[in-house]
Amino acid sequence: MTKKPLLEIKNLHVHYITNEGTVQAINDLNLELYPGETLGLVGETGAGKTTTALAMMRLVPNPPGKIVSGEVLYKGKNLVEMKEADLRKIRGNQISMIFQDPMTSLNPIMTVGDQIREGIMLHQKVDKATATKRAMDMLEVVGIPMERYDEYPHQFSGGMKQRVVIAISLSCNPEILIADEPTTALDVTIQAQVLQLMENLKVEFDTSMLMITHDLGVVAKVCDHVAIMYAGTVIEHAQKHKLYRTPKHPYTIGLFESIPNVHETTERLKPIIGLMPDPTDLPTGCTFHPRCPHAMDICKVEFPEVTHLSDEHWVRCHLYPADKEVE
Amino acid sequence: MKKVMLEARELTKYFDVPGGKLHAVDKVNFQIHEGETLGLVGESGCGKSTTGRLLLRLLEPTSGDVIFDGVNITKLSQREFRKYRTQMQIVFQDPYASLNPRMSVAEIIEEPLLINKIYNNAADRAKRVKELMDTVGLAPRLLNVYPHELDGGRRQRIGIARALALKPRFIVQDEPVSALDVSIQAQILNLMDDLQDEFQLTYMFISHDLSVVKHVSDRIIVMYLGVIVEMAESQELFERRLHPYTKALLSALPVPSVDIETEPIILKGEITSPINPKNACRFAGRCAYRQDLCDQQQPELRELHPGHWVACHFAENLVQTEDIVVGGSLSHPDSTVTKPSQVIEEEPVTEVEQAKSEESNISK
Repeated sequence: MTKKPLLEIKNLHVHYITNEGTVQAINDLNLELYPGETLGLVGETGAGKTTTALAMMRLVPNPPGKIVSGEVLYKGKNLVEMKEADLRKIRGNQISMIFQDPMTSLNPIMTVGDQIREGIMLHQKVDKATATKRAMDMLEVVGIPMERYDEYPHQFSGGMKQRVVIAISLSCNPEILIADEPTTALDVTIQAQVLQLMENLKVEFDTSMLMITHDLGVVAKVCDHVAIMYAGTVIEHAQKHKLYRTPKHPYTIGLFESIPNVHETTERLKPIIGLMPDPTDLPTGCTFHPRCPHAMDICKVEFPEVTHLSDEHWVRCHLYPADKEVE
Repeated sequence: MKKVMLEARELTKYFDVPGGKLHAVDKVNFQIHEGETLGLVGESGCGKSTTGRLLLRLLEPTSGDVIFDGVNITKLSQREFRKYRTQMQIVFQDPYASLNPRMSVAEIIEEPLLINKIYNNAADRAKRVKELMDTVGLAPRLLNVYPHELDGGRRQRIGIARALALKPRFIVQDEPVSALDVSIQAQILNLMDDLQDEFQLTYMFISHDLSVVKHVSDRIIVMYLGVIVEMAESQELFERRLHPYTKALLSALPVPSVDIETEPIILKGEITSPINPKNACRFAGRCAYRQDLCDQQQPELRELHPGHWVACHFAENLVQTEDIVVGGSLSHPDSTVTKPSQVIEEEPVTEVEQAKSEESNISK
């Protein structure tokens, strides 16, 4: 591969230690985010998408959460071992985040303008007047008239609030933007507005983006690469067209067959049998094997290693012989 | 075959809110035929759940009637209504909130049988509960567990078993799969399809998810701020969208494929308030084709093509504009409306465009 990832996660393990047992939220996860690209991180509830995002910024609540092992490399620096003070300079400044629910991620007793200005004041060495000016500019950038600077979040609609959150996250011109289900709480017509805005801004601000979602439609629309997560690990990672045209992992194939497509008439959906595994008691071997139509004996005992199928397409599945020489 | 089972006539529900009356459902008319699935789609706050509840009299309408099997059930006393209520059931959206956490699975499913005194001994009831659990795919060992011990998919199966307990003929499915992950969603959708065949059920399927609605429905109603804006056979609606809102809604739907390019119509403008709306098209504020008439008169729902109803003053003129917005790639091979995009240069649209630019000049 010629390109070097801007951010790379290597063999990450994150556990939550609770009274009911240890929740293995992230298990041997690998992920690569390339400069200027949008990576879609797709998975169902409990797959560990949000924990991955939090681990990237080392925001996993501790206790109960703990990054057990692994590396998060940002421009070659390992964020897992970085000093807290150094990390604070990166968070919100070089890597910033958009949370799922715009209704709860804004401070209800602070004007939206001040909330945008807060981040700018914190990270940029500018005086208050300059920061205010920049916050107003950011409002305009996301399509909100700057006259609304002094209004409070409750005066905005859901889509508008998410625009404010986007303005905050982009106010320091970050290198990486992590968007955790940014449009899930919004109606489709509003979602279309917000996605279009994000796409435009990504280009304008030259930002790389990690888009966390459960919606394969959203991924098809905005992403360049896709990582499919299951039970705390990425089981398939590919360039978007490769993943959509030739999905390889049985789980990925199952996902596509589960969704009704408006442009085709399917008499019957083909759901994946069974349920998501309990993260306190994961199956041995490949975590997908109890639900997999192609499960073999080896799947029950051995956790599959990464197999590179082609440039920009790898999978963790015993159906495909592992490449020994890589890594 | 097309026997009308249920009919809503001028069905209306206003809620009193500070500042006036919120028109949640405003004079809607539709019919549901025996054995069909009628999809009801729209965005949050459009009145789709309220409509579902009005049909079952879980909410009393402000005005209008619901006719079930030829009987006007809105006029019945609660006592008289009871025998109809057993024939009409509902599956709720949130399987976490719609089950009593202090009742076991068996108790939840048994409750309707008890209330309606279907069996006079416990053994028969228990047998029926087991039978229902088997029907919806719940293992017998779950008989005495509580809802919190189960995942969303299984909980929704409990909700379905409860709805089936009284052998209803009509079930309102109010966003039954919205809270579920796609792999589980597919399991539940298939189950409901099987049950419909097995028990000859009639469904009203309420959802905000167009792809799910398209998958399950025979006919579809699109609602916007309390009114029906379009109603047609499922296939017809997707091939020939007449209302600008339906067009926008469908174009905005992200398609899980890299081989279908869609260009979402980005709606601009403010959403009309549903509180004391004036006599105008409720979509006008966000509509790209708005003209003066749209602000002066609310369009009636009218049958533009056989079985295809639309509430838009200019629906005829907008038919041809389809291909501007979807770039032709959305077209179906069997579609009859797919026309080369030059067709859009026809006069009516130009008029609309003119009207639009004049309007924006005025507003400047």
